[in-house]
Amino acid sequence: MLQTKIHNLILKNPVMTASGTFGYGEEFADFIDLNRLGGIVVKGTTGERRQGNAYPRMAETPSGMLNAVGLQNVGVETFCNEVYHRIKDLDTNIIVNVSGSSIEEYCKTAAMIDALEKIPAIELNISCPNVKKGGMGFGTNPDMAAQVVREVRKIYHKTLIVKLTPNVTSVVDIAKAVEDAGADSVSLINTLLGMAIDVEKQRPYLSTVTGGLSGPAVKPVAVRMVWQVAHAVNIPVIGLGGIASAADALEFLMAGAKAIQVGTANFIDPAITVKIIDGLEDYCNRHGIKDINEIIGII
Amino acid sequence: MKKYITDFTIVGKQVFSETYFSLTLKHPDRLPEIAAGQFVEVEVPGNKQVMLRRPISIHDVDVENNTLSLLVQVVGKGTRTLSMMSVGDKLNLVYPLGHGFSIEGNKVLLVGGGAGIAPLLHLSKCFASKGIRPTVLLGGRTEAMIPVRKEFEPYGDTFFATEDGSLGEKGMVTQHSKFTTDYDHIYTCGPTPMMKAVARHAMANNIECEVSLENMMACGIGACLCCVVDSDEGHKCVCKEGPVFNINKLKNWTK
Repeated sequence: MLQTKIHNLILKNPVMTASGTFGYGEEFADFIDLNRLGGIVVKGTTGERRQGNAYPRMAETPSGMLNAVGLQNVGVETFCNEVYHRIKDLDTNIIVNVSGSSIEEYCKTAAMIDALEKIPAIELNISCPNVKKGGMGFGTNPDMAAQVVREVRKIYHKTLIVKLTPNVTSVVDIAKAVEDAGADSVSLINTLLGMAIDVEKQRPYLSTVTGGLSGPAVKPVAVRMVWQVAHAVNIPVIGLGGIASAADALEFLMAGAKAIQVGTANFIDPAITVKIIDGLEDYCNRHGIKDINEIIGII
Repeated sequence: MKKYITDFTIVGKQVFSETYFSLTLKHPDRLPEIAAGQFVEVEVPGNKQVMLRRPISIHDVDVENNTLSLLVQVVGKGTRTLSMMSVGDKLNLVYPLGHGFSIEGNKVLLVGGGAGIAPLLHLSKCFASKGIRPTVLLGGRTEAMIPVRKEFEPYGDTFFATEDGSLGEKGMVTQHSKFTTDYDHIYTCGPTPMMKAVARHAMANNIECEVSLENMMACGIGACLCCVVDSDEGHKCVCKEGPVFNINKLKNWTK
């Protein structure tokens, strides 16, 4: 009833986890059966190990939070040699979010992940707002976005998802550019660039001054962008941004997303993903929907 | 140690001052094992301004009654909302989180400041159950800033330092007559400048020392990577690899 498809990926349900909010899945194994998920997008992975930005890296804002983690991760080699072996036998789609500062770094990481049998897809992160070089820089210009996707496409043979930033004038232009360059799917939105100031201390809350806004505050922006992109491209769209309930997930599905990702809500309720899956099933039963695809893109 | 999400019921509430209160929370069934120094992530109900859970250290554990208690300092919207909760209300916890204190040594000093007193009660009980009676040194600006005192006495020799001299010796904990080199282990929790002073003393005198940190965090389980501290192995999550760290593992803590 809930099965859906992203290019060659069969998802048992449309609920995935968003990169950077779910670790490598292991952190949540005490709370949920990871095998129930449609997919797990693991932490953004780069060519080398990264320490990320200095503390403080987060601030709570109305109905959301700012973060400036800056892609702290173990690096692709440690991922392949250690982390992969701990998680590869999970019965769900494990997708690696691939980040970088240069096209060479994206390609190196993507090629190493391509060789891992149990990783059916990567999510190319051209939208991280928290790194000085690369990251969002690639995702804010259609030509540069297309260029990085084209180069990765040459060496990556499985499902290639490209994660888009909302910090652009026209997300549709970027989505079309990466579709033309060979992307199999797009996921959106990454965080919105934001800022918050501690007026008592008279300084920004984040060590980096600006950071990425996530949580329910960004959801209407995300639904709008998913709706725009879903009507403009022919590849499947994965929707994310502030999803914290089955009703939120349904908004994205109706707006045209074939699957959704849950991010910040994992921090508040580590079992939220399975509650959303149960909620989708319940919705289908209540509305006599036999196949979730019946409601995808109805708006 | 397995982690859980559980609805607890508030069965006790004590208000010490405008700043400090404690809640005793009853598990619906059987409380799992909890190490001294571990913490909970509390969902803050009924305040739309507060989205994230609040990390609060576990003050006391009563396995016979299946209760744990939290000693809370009101510092912002989240803790203020919690201060308005009543006996009978439910609180959803993700727990027990992080790594606790090592519970080693024969001549042990526990140093607490302000809300940092909280984890030291469970810790002193853990020492007592091993037959060791620690020296407990609690500090605050005034008497009112040391909300819990006599609860420590069954488990440790308890002393106080206040900046205004309203309780115990006048001055900082690090100026107290019991703050000596006469220990093999020191465990501390409180404001960072206090803990750093304690860490320097321990380092200079070759005493093992563990500190409990409280960085800003979102998830509490090592997923968001927001609460990092500089360690000898790079950034470590306070929530997962801490909150308790041996000072030898931390960078810039003993200089």
